[in-house]
Amino acid sequence: MTVGTVRNLRRFSQVSFFGVFCWLVLKTNFEVAISPDTVSEVFLPYPVSIALQFDPLVALTTLLANGTLFKGLLWSLAVLIPTIFLGRFFCGWVCPLGTLNHWISEIRSERISFRGKGKIESNRYKKYQRIKYYIFLFMIAAALFGTLQSGLLDPLPLMARSIGTLVLPTAHAAADGVLGWVKSFGFKPLSGAAQFVYDMFAPFLLNFRQVHFHGIVSIAILFGGIVVTNRVFTRFWCRGLCPLGAMLGIFSRYATFGLQKDEKSCDHCNLCLQSCQGADNPDVGTRWRQTECHVCLNCQAACPQGSLDFKFFPTLEGTRTNPPPNQRVDITKRKTVASLAAGAALFPMLRSGDSFEINADSRLIRPPGSVIEDDFLARCIRCGQCMRVCPNNALHPTLLESGLEGVWTPILIPKVGYCEPSCTLCGQVCPTGAILELTLLEKVGDKETPANRIGTAFFDRGRCLPWAMATRCIVCEEWCPTSPKAVYLKEELVTDRQGKEVRVQRPYIDPDLCTGCGACEFACPVVDQPAVYVTSVGESRSPDNQILLRRKKPTTIPPGETP
Amino acid sequence: MKRREFIKRASQATGLAAVCVGGGWFFHDREWFKYEPPIVHKPDFQIAPDNAYPQISLSRNQDHVLALRDALDAVGGIARFVRAGERVTVKPNVGWDRTAAQAANTSPVLVGEMVRQCLDAGAAEVIVTDVTCNEARRCFLRSGIKEAAEKAGAKVILAVEDDYLVMDLKGRLLTSWPVLRHFVETDRLINMPIVKHHSLSMCTVGMKNLYGILGGRRNQLHQEIDQSIVDLAMFSRPTLTVVDATRVLMRGGPQGGSLDDVNIEHSVICATDQVAADARAVEFLGLAAADVAHIVQAEKAGLGLIDYRAAGYKENLG
Repeated sequence: MTVGTVRNLRRFSQVSFFGVFCWLVLKTNFEVAISPDTVSEVFLPYPVSIALQFDPLVALTTLLANGTLFKGLLWSLAVLIPTIFLGRFFCGWVCPLGTLNHWISEIRSERISFRGKGKIESNRYKKYQRIKYYIFLFMIAAALFGTLQSGLLDPLPLMARSIGTLVLPTAHAAADGVLGWVKSFGFKPLSGAAQFVYDMFAPFLLNFRQVHFHGIVSIAILFGGIVVTNRVFTRFWCRGLCPLGAMLGIFSRYATFGLQKDEKSCDHCNLCLQSCQGADNPDVGTRWRQTECHVCLNCQAACPQGSLDFKFFPTLEGTRTNPPPNQRVDITKRKTVASLAAGAALFPMLRSGDSFEINADSRLIRPPGSVIEDDFLARCIRCGQCMRVCPNNALHPTLLESGLEGVWTPILIPKVGYCEPSCTLCGQVCPTGAILELTLLEKVGDKETPANRIGTAFFDRGRCLPWAMATRCIVCEEWCPTSPKAVYLKEELVTDRQGKEVRVQRPYIDPDLCTGCGACEFACPVVDQPAVYVTSVGESRSPDNQILLRRKKPTTIPPGETP
Repeated sequence: MKRREFIKRASQATGLAAVCVGGGWFFHDREWFKYEPPIVHKPDFQIAPDNAYPQISLSRNQDHVLALRDALDAVGGIARFVRAGERVTVKPNVGWDRTAAQAANTSPVLVGEMVRQCLDAGAAEVIVTDVTCNEARRCFLRSGIKEAAEKAGAKVILAVEDDYLVMDLKGRLLTSWPVLRHFVETDRLINMPIVKHHSLSMCTVGMKNLYGILGGRRNQLHQEIDQSIVDLAMFSRPTLTVVDATRVLMRGGPQGGSLDDVNIEHSVICATDQVAADARAVEFLGLAAADVAHIVQAEKAGLGLIDYRAAGYKENLG
């Protein structure tokens, strides 16, 4: 097999893994056909979060933060073990964000001409490439103390989050906008053609309905920034910032596969440098850096003299003008200690602030089945899979609702969508156990089993129609899904401003029955700031965030409810 | 500066200025593009009255398919309502993510049979749709209606934003509202409600089921629920109302959830008179139609007769 063939294999691998990754995110969607007679619960037909379980950084940081390797995370060894022998092949052959960066970087630009000195210089090893190791060490130390921050920058969760909550919803809005615009001309053949193209792609690319996510711009800034910097420095993210790349670089320390340079045949044409992805100094005369190399094999394929050769057990000896390869990570001891210390300080710093539990946002409603907040922040990698799969667009990335510590972790916003009682999809897709998988019985409860609660609803009587405006309404009662209903009514005779007597039904909440699903808030006709709203108090996962000393089990119809 | 260059640069600048002025003049106070006004059919799908048949029939049978066939035959059979080549929209109640047994949605067995009846009568296309309250995909799946309707040969449509037409309902209360296009752009409309308790309107039967043709902010309609139901019933006149009273949700409506709240009645009502259908159906809830405000108001508005026996009533209790 020639090196050209191997390089084509790499290209094929990149396209395939990119496609598979995107396909899995697309399939993280409620679109299954069930027969209600045979199945009472909806399960996704594919293990849609499996790609995230192959991520060694997710495995390592969650292991450090919560003490276990959750479920499928052992798969990450399938990436880590080959890396120990082969180097960072993952970055060059598998990683979907790496592949995206690769493609964007390879588009011709005016700044770094496709073949030129600028490109050669920019592809030499630079000191900024150390930054990723410091980020990685910072994340590791932070995780060890209990706050999991790696998901912010870890490429696989980042990619899943960006596609699911940013790219696809944006594409949906754009497609609908263009379709509407084309149709507005009123020219039938054009409208028909546009509709045909739309109908061809919409079923598998676009969601059933346009979704609207909280904090989407913050996600766009990071993702857009990563994509755009490729136009200035080839794969700037992969070279300089990626904590997973850093981890794999460190594990390449003893790699048995590497680059051997033949000084004699090299005529210093620098074609290898022009095509280098990792900025690892593949040219003869400089020190090759194992930990930076993505094993893309471009240099070997570009070399007209055949001076470069990737092989097992390359010689580690050099000559006076051709230094030997360096397998060590280029970081200083002092900065290593400083990064670890900063990471270690992060946890006590965050927890000495007030946004963890003491003064957490009252609207910090976590998905059903979420573990207690402390453990949640040690598990959630912010991959956004729960948000993508939620059929009601109820789950969103937070901004500051759980402090800076929890940016982009999931929050339920009932105004946008409520928690569908019979749905357990978010727990099914969570790759790290931040949201546990509930059975239908555990979710809705019955006479023996308490239902899972995510909060409790309250009335704002100053805004509620029957309470404040002598007007009939009770949409909240109609929508309340518990049985018997947690929203109950009392009929009262009230007088309006003109002194006219009006008979209205005023709603109340029974906290013994309310699960905090938010259907009442979603349906409330006072749309801007609903007159019934859910806060997190009473959530099943927390022993402290409670109101009542004892919440009774719903066995009988409460008094006041007319049978 | 040479003359040639002067002329060139001056004319370039003048040209650009002219384009700006011309463009401004042209677009000033004028819509550049406009959304095409939708073509709207008249939402009155009633057939001519025929004294040979009763306006309403009720049939009770353990086999719900037979109950439906019997009730339908009593009012003249499907051939009276659906002609060959017509497009039929069937509107069951698919409001909630509930199973068939929980009696919040119309029975899938009846929906499937109704679809088959229409297709047997030669309908070109049968559409089954509803504007659900809970998430549409879940409602259609769990209710069993998607499976039953598709198996019977219908096209099940889950409404998305583009499927609505903003229409003038010409009601006393309801004026401009988004209506799902499949309920107006069709030839025949068959309303298939289920009988349920409702805390505000007391019951949900046929006319209340028409809430499901609307999109938009329908959670405001509760404020004047009776008038809004009457307005809707005035606007949308189904060809036939087929009431599912095989299971009746007695409490905790309109969503239910507990099987303790469900009475088994094994009955199906077919009616060409919406008011009569509702008046008969509320008896299953232990109500008298005269006590249900929206039914009374509907009769006053001339929509039909509360005294369903006077409307011509046939009953087969099996």
